[in-house]
Amino acid sequence: MDAVIKLTNLTKQYGDYKAVDKLNLMINKGEVFGLLGPNGAGKTTTILMLLGLTERSDGEIEVLGLDPKYDSLEIKSKVGYMPDDIGFYDERTATENIVYTAMLNGMSHQQAKQLAEQLLNRVGLEAAAHKKVSTFSRGMRQRLGLADVLIKQPKIIILDEPTLGIDPEGVRELLELITKLSKEEGITVLLSSHHLQQVQKVCDRVGLFVKGKLLACGQITELANELNDQEYIKIQLQLKQDSPAFNEQISQLSYVKDYDFEQEDEVASYTLYCNEDKTAELARLAIEQGELIMIQRHTYGLDDIYHRYFAGGDTHESTA
Amino acid sequence: MSQQRSIMNIRHMLQRVKIKNPAEQKRASENMQHKAKSAFWVMVEKEFSDHIRSWRFTILLAIITLACIGSIYSAIKAIQGGALNEGASFLFLSMFTLTDGTIPQFTQFVAFLGPLMGIVLGFDAVNAERNKGTLSRIISQPLYRDDFLKAKFTASLLLISVVMFALGFLVMALGLIFIGYPPTPEEFLRVLFFIITSIVYIGFWLNLSILCSVRFKQAATSALSTISIWIFFTVFFSVILSLISGVLSPDQSGSSTDMMRYYNQMNMITKFSPAELFSDITSILLMPNIRTLGLLTVEQVTLAIESPLAIGQSLLLVWPQITVLVALTFIGFALSFYLFMRQEIRSRS
Repeated sequence: MDAVIKLTNLTKQYGDYKAVDKLNLMINKGEVFGLLGPNGAGKTTTILMLLGLTERSDGEIEVLGLDPKYDSLEIKSKVGYMPDDIGFYDERTATENIVYTAMLNGMSHQQAKQLAEQLLNRVGLEAAAHKKVSTFSRGMRQRLGLADVLIKQPKIIILDEPTLGIDPEGVRELLELITKLSKEEGITVLLSSHHLQQVQKVCDRVGLFVKGKLLACGQITELANELNDQEYIKIQLQLKQDSPAFNEQISQLSYVKDYDFEQEDEVASYTLYCNEDKTAELARLAIEQGELIMIQRHTYGLDDIYHRYFAGGDTHESTA
Repeated sequence: MSQQRSIMNIRHMLQRVKIKNPAEQKRASENMQHKAKSAFWVMVEKEFSDHIRSWRFTILLAIITLACIGSIYSAIKAIQGGALNEGASFLFLSMFTLTDGTIPQFTQFVAFLGPLMGIVLGFDAVNAERNKGTLSRIISQPLYRDDFLKAKFTASLLLISVVMFALGFLVMALGLIFIGYPPTPEEFLRVLFFIITSIVYIGFWLNLSILCSVRFKQAATSALSTISIWIFFTVFFSVILSLISGVLSPDQSGSSTDMMRYYNQMNMITKFSPAELFSDITSILLMPNIRTLGLLTVEQVTLAIESPLAIGQSLLLVWPQITVLVALTFIGFALSFYLFMRQEIRSRS
């Protein structure tokens, strides 16, 4: 696969503050890449630098083999960018808005109109094509934004927080639309979000971006595995009643490194941190010593990835 | 080393002219067929139609048109009332400069309402787009940033030109109907030059308001700051001038050189106000009998024949003023350009 976006040691500095710090990233042709990170991580700054809308402090950028410092115009004609909280000319209709974009990209009025009609059908706005944008809902605006980005027939589309402020159903539809377009047209998609849960399904790869640094990059399953390898295995179980014998036994087991105990309405909850996966053995033990209600081996999911990377704090270490 | 670099350069150039793929070629040829406009003219067109559709422009246009008709009425009354001496020349021009005292003359209306029109068309040119979130969307299209600013300016200036020419010709036409006295070619030319300089003058205020719209994030702030500058020059500047004049003026027993110096200094300070520059230009252009804006010594006046200036001479007299107005406009534009190019554009911020 050839890389369409290649960032090397990209740095952006505002005074003393480093918004983006030595970022290295490659995005391949045709993939959907999610740039994930909390607010203020430098995602938008990175995107602006990609398009040449803001100057970098240091490092190198290559977009479709071009450097935005010199060929910003050519990049902008091949890369569609949808800013977060996209704005339209409210007093104009949806069609007029995107026809304008098309004409700015050097299309004739006639050609632009045809294409606009096609695209509005495609994003499901055919009924609202001749309504003023001021009447649009947030979700409709976002879909219009997608049409606006696609009308220049881009090779790459960059979506900044596309799911922000839309209801869950709308998010699902929008993301489906994005992946469909990406697969059908072979467009590379770079989307930024702080909602890991929302975009995980559609991203081929994600990069976790915190405080200007890329902490991890890869497929979500890879990231989860990586986390599982590093960490203890967490097993949660509940007994109907507190059992001193069980307490004693688990504290003697060599593979249990640590455990938490909580009691609520007679029900005793345990959280065990083990070296090895001994769920079955622990279950047997629990049944022997008391009445087992629930047992669960905890695998690292997205929430944990999120907490681990984004929040910076490690939940396990704080309890231990 | 240098050879290597030149090879690199050549390679770079080759990359730039690399042959387009068939699809792109097709698209390009289609574009040629339909005569696609450049991004700049597309923007100018859109801005122009936005202005025409906007309420504020309609209202302002109505006010200015009414004011003009009022001023013509007052001028005609004045002419009928015998404000002109027997055998006065340039009767037609007096349509623009005469008043019967109830309603100000046309030139004064232009000097007063013109800047307001410029301000109204420009004060939210950039920041409104920024606040609506459209700026970042437009800037990420393949166009140069300065084109955006230029398009805003050009569209508004185009509109101003249309309005000013329409008004100027309206006054001329009404004058023809009511006084039944056709303009001489020279008078027509003078009016034409007056209209052009008033466009330049309004363009200056337009530019100032665009500058403020780049600088200030809120449309209200930028509108207020431009209007306050405008009020400063139209109202307070003369107050300040009289203060300075009080300080500078030599006493009664002062020598003539002192007086000369004083008048020259005052003349110099007055020229700092664009409003003053414009009123100089108007009076010279529309009142051919005015021979100078400064002082004339007795020696200069003796033996001079009292006669109006030819249009070329009038123009020569106000050429510095016109140059300064154009220069001020350019400075305003350069400043907004400088600010805008360095601004980081994020959505709605």
